[in-house]
Amino acid sequence: MKSAIDIANDVRTGATTAVAEAERSLAAIRSRNEELNVFVHVDDEGALETAQRVDAQIARGEDPGALAGVPLALKDNLCHVGKLTTAGSRILEGWRSPYSATVVNLVLKAGAVPMGKTNMDEFAMGSSTETSYYGPTRNPLDPARVPGGSSGGSAAAVAADMTPIALGSDTGGSIRQPAALCGLVGVKPTYGLVSRFGLIAFASSLDQIGPFAKNVTDAALLLEVIAGHDPRDSTSLPEGAPSLVAGVDAGVAGKRIGLVRELLEGADDDVVAAVGRAREVLTEAGATVVDLSIPECRLGLSAYYLIAPAEASSNLARFDGVRYGLRVDADDVAAMNEATRTLGFGAEVKRRIMLGTYALSAGYYDAYYGQALKVRTQMINAFHRAYDQVDLLLGATAPSVAFKFGEKTSNPLAMYLSDVFTIPTNLAGDAAISVPFGRGEGDLPIGVQLLGPGRSEAQLFAAARVLEVEQTS
Amino acid sequence: MATPLRREDVAKVAKLARLSLSDEELDMFTEQLGQILEHANDIAALQLDDVVATAHPFGLINVMREDVLEPCLSRDDVLAMAPDSEDGRFAVPRIMGEAP
Repeated sequence: MKSAIDIANDVRTGATTAVAEAERSLAAIRSRNEELNVFVHVDDEGALETAQRVDAQIARGEDPGALAGVPLALKDNLCHVGKLTTAGSRILEGWRSPYSATVVNLVLKAGAVPMGKTNMDEFAMGSSTETSYYGPTRNPLDPARVPGGSSGGSAAAVAADMTPIALGSDTGGSIRQPAALCGLVGVKPTYGLVSRFGLIAFASSLDQIGPFAKNVTDAALLLEVIAGHDPRDSTSLPEGAPSLVAGVDAGVAGKRIGLVRELLEGADDDVVAAVGRAREVLTEAGATVVDLSIPECRLGLSAYYLIAPAEASSNLARFDGVRYGLRVDADDVAAMNEATRTLGFGAEVKRRIMLGTYALSAGYYDAYYGQALKVRTQMINAFHRAYDQVDLLLGATAPSVAFKFGEKTSNPLAMYLSDVFTIPTNLAGDAAISVPFGRGEGDLPIGVQLLGPGRSEAQLFAAARVLEVEQTS
Repeated sequence: MATPLRREDVAKVAKLARLSLSDEELDMFTEQLGQILEHANDIAALQLDDVVATAHPFGLINVMREDVLEPCLSRDDVLAMAPDSEDGRFAVPRIMGEAP
């Protein structure tokens, strides 16, 4: 499939039209969506209308923008005015957003054509897309396996060549892990780089929206379009959007990179070997790779599974049968709230709401939630110390290649371990990228993770590009 | 170190979170949540009295804007997506009982 950059160039020069690209994307969606369950809502009509507007701009001699006519998939927790937005949950079945997320407005302003909404773990809680009320998404590379999650639908859309780029959200690895499992580039940007306005909140202090793409340059392009300060998100960083595409070929010569022992611990042999080869490639490209230990990473999983559910229990209190979506009638308000939430939420969401409620409750707050926030401080300090010594860090994205359906559904803790290497970045508020590098069991792709301090995205893309070039040469 | 999670703890948080659980669900969640909290005992046991808690990774606090009116969502658009509305407001079942 053509890259997003090539499509945008061809639309701008008249070599193709936005409508032709949208139709091609719709045909690809039609051919495999039933099998893979990638899109929960396909917006044929809206996509063609948007594409026609882009073509009309071209006809008038205007430049539609950096993503001119590029088909794009949106994770179903991103609000798009008038469109179905369900966050993978029954409780929002049939709900249409009355406004658009800032990122949706930005991609539209850049000429992109949203094709619809992609499947996800319910409220982004999961690592396999199996918790979606709308059924699991299948991995396009091996339909017997999961695509990862929670942004599994967005990853599958790109992996199945339905769209060249997609947006997801990453709270503990929900972009990077599915990117790794589907053989894509996926980025968790610095906290606050991308506006969260219009993203259905899971854990507000950890959530970030970011790009999926088949290649590093497309991912950089999409992040460049969606990054920047937004007065409607009070956690948005005050600085403007960085320049990313221009520097993707900057290389890693003279850079210092730390290979983090804890970001390989417990990973399968094929994954460890891939990271080892990545180390060699980065060294050959002129970087100095040193071994590092960040023991605080071992505490990340526990801290995350107290902080994220605590924030979720508060964020999901708004789903009470009054303002949005589902209502189960009952004699009084409290009974209606309870009946609605009991029917509307799935087991994983209930598990996390209860875990969070417990961690915040009197008598346990200090031991759990309060303690987790302090561990977060220690994690931030540990990364600061590491970045005093090196420019970037290196590790695995996920402990294994894509796993099979049902493998981890009966044991929540086993599923949570899928995110053990990605969670520390969310707690630290830093940036990280997963780039496909090598193949493992079943000839399935492996993702290598590069991590950097806040606002280091340009360096991360340059380092990821070194690995990508080696892969394709 | 916190005490192990009991069935009645789960029943209590379910009630606080406005969720009703069947007996089987209570058993399942007690076991699963217990395992997760047991895992979390590695941090519950740490001595961190001198460490300050983090709410925002880059320390942004209290972002304010000028107090001027700006366009906001249309009330009708928002109410159109609510399960029930009446006279420009969200409608809910009865909150208080009949007058004696």
